[in-house]
Amino acid sequence: MKVIDAKETYFKTLNDMVFDALETEDEVIIANVGGQRYIGTGMDAGKSIIVQGTPGNDMACYMNGGRITVKGNGQDAVGNTMNGGEIVIYGHSGDTVGYGMRDGRIFVQTNVGCRGGIHMKEFENCRPKIVIGGRAGAYLGEYMAGGVILLLGLNLKEGREVIGHYCATGMHGGVIYIRGEYSDDRISPGVAVLEPNEDDMKEISDLVRDYCKYFGSDYHEIMNERFTKLAPTSARPYKNLYARNEAFPLS
Amino acid sequence: MLKKEGEVRIPAGCAISGIIDRKGNRFSGSDVIQSIALMHDRSNGLGGGFAAYGIYPEFKDWYAFHVFYTSIDVKNKTEEYINSNFSIEMSGRIPTRKVSSIKDAPIIWRYFAKPEPGKLISSEKTEDDYVADAVITINSTFPGAYVFSSGKNMGAFKAVGYPEDVGEYYKLDEYDGYLWTAHGRFPTNTPGWWGGAHPFTILDWSVVHNGEISSYDANRRYIEMFGYDCSLQTDTEVITYLFDYLVRKKGLPLKTAANVIAAPMWEEIAEMPEKERKYYTALRQVYSSALVNGPFSIILGYTGGLMALNDRLKLRALVAAECGDRLYLASEESAIRVVCPNPEYMYSVEGGVPIIATVEGEV
Repeated sequence: MKVIDAKETYFKTLNDMVFDALETEDEVIIANVGGQRYIGTGMDAGKSIIVQGTPGNDMACYMNGGRITVKGNGQDAVGNTMNGGEIVIYGHSGDTVGYGMRDGRIFVQTNVGCRGGIHMKEFENCRPKIVIGGRAGAYLGEYMAGGVILLLGLNLKEGREVIGHYCATGMHGGVIYIRGEYSDDRISPGVAVLEPNEDDMKEISDLVRDYCKYFGSDYHEIMNERFTKLAPTSARPYKNLYARNEAFPLS
Repeated sequence: MLKKEGEVRIPAGCAISGIIDRKGNRFSGSDVIQSIALMHDRSNGLGGGFAAYGIYPEFKDWYAFHVFYTSIDVKNKTEEYINSNFSIEMSGRIPTRKVSSIKDAPIIWRYFAKPEPGKLISSEKTEDDYVADAVITINSTFPGAYVFSSGKNMGAFKAVGYPEDVGEYYKLDEYDGYLWTAHGRFPTNTPGWWGGAHPFTILDWSVVHNGEISSYDANRRYIEMFGYDCSLQTDTEVITYLFDYLVRKKGLPLKTAANVIAAPMWEEIAEMPEKERKYYTALRQVYSSALVNGPFSIILGYTGGLMALNDRLKLRALVAAECGDRLYLASEESAIRVVCPNPEYMYSVEGGVPIIATVEGEV
């Protein structure tokens, strides 16, 4: 294990130091992080970074494996296009968490900003998962093509909604689970609102168990609440948005 | 001559920061410089600037003009106009320090001025209209002269360069204000020039903006009907004039003006209770051309307060934090934490929802 002090260190210099350290170490602690971008980019399985402070945008982008633990809040685009591994954030995260994510898991203790899980996708054995302990901003799961978003809505302040407006707009794959009450008019009309089946509940309870392991919440208290499942009704929701073309049917 | 923009397309980010002390306590520009400097990589050195409120208490009843001139000749001609329309209490070069990265500086002059009383009376204008019209006249008919700040007890400071260098250049650590905003520019579409740096101002309104206004031409055509002249070919300019028009001239409350500029979608309006539905429908009908489209996060500064606003689709980042008497705003959380490590409350600003912070009492 190696400790790197990031105080007043330019992001390129810092990331070079982290990469060099990970050549020989399995775990690196980065202290005093303040806005440095691209931490943990392309990191491979078996490695671990502990971030103390506020990591900059695009943390863990293209991450292939391993684990990043953030003792602080994430900024925008955490896990951008990540391919695998796990991110655990002891705080909130900014906009576009899990942007275009392809596999791996992100656990956020409290809230996320807008466009969480935008265009995340799944294929073959890859199925990315984002667990959000608090509430999500507008456009959660926008253009979502695959994977899982689990929104727990824990510790909501009086009058706060668990989801923002335009939830699941353009969703055409994957699944969003929402715990507790929410306003119907915030959900895109293009998705189906369903009761989770047995398999869904298994997936939810596995994720909740891990959430509780990381953040010390009470598993039974979280599970003792209704869950709702959002799933797409069409694989191509915008097929006829601009033109209906009979000569060249696209589907 | 100052070269204006419009010929080259440069693909782009930007950074904004703002700090207000709600008790009106004044503090130096060092904090806001440190905040905007942390986001260095969001700009590219083609523009940086600041707006500072409460910095000229000894001249608080005079309009403070900050002017760029490309030559002594232009300055002489423009001063003829200024001197014949205003009484000048004091004028002089704005103090700067040598900073190696700030180059090709124009002549930068400051005037503390009041409208010439006889001319003001015969113009039958309010004092603010008289001043705003004079600023627009100089900026549109005196080539090579550009008034970039014209409010009372406030000032804009801007240049081509990284914002932290611009702050150093103008010695902003030596000024004290109760409200500071800052901008680091990464020009989209056009090259940078001194006048094109943010903030954009008219009277005491200032706007710093991260984004790109796709409704610019519709907004420009609308606002030019009321005597504003969008001479800078920069989208942010039009936002400043829209607020001046809606709030100062039409008398709308600031929050209502925000509801015009970042109006809710028709689908959302349709779902609202009747009273709200009527209100938003009326605003969208009456002020449809003042609706600003495209991605933006802005901080609007004015005497005694600020307003932060994100476009209704929330296409730009903006974070706010409460800490004691102060409200902090920045494009990134880390840019707040560098000057305020442990705020009481930190949150992401929502699309179309204005955050307004005002100073209690007189400033």
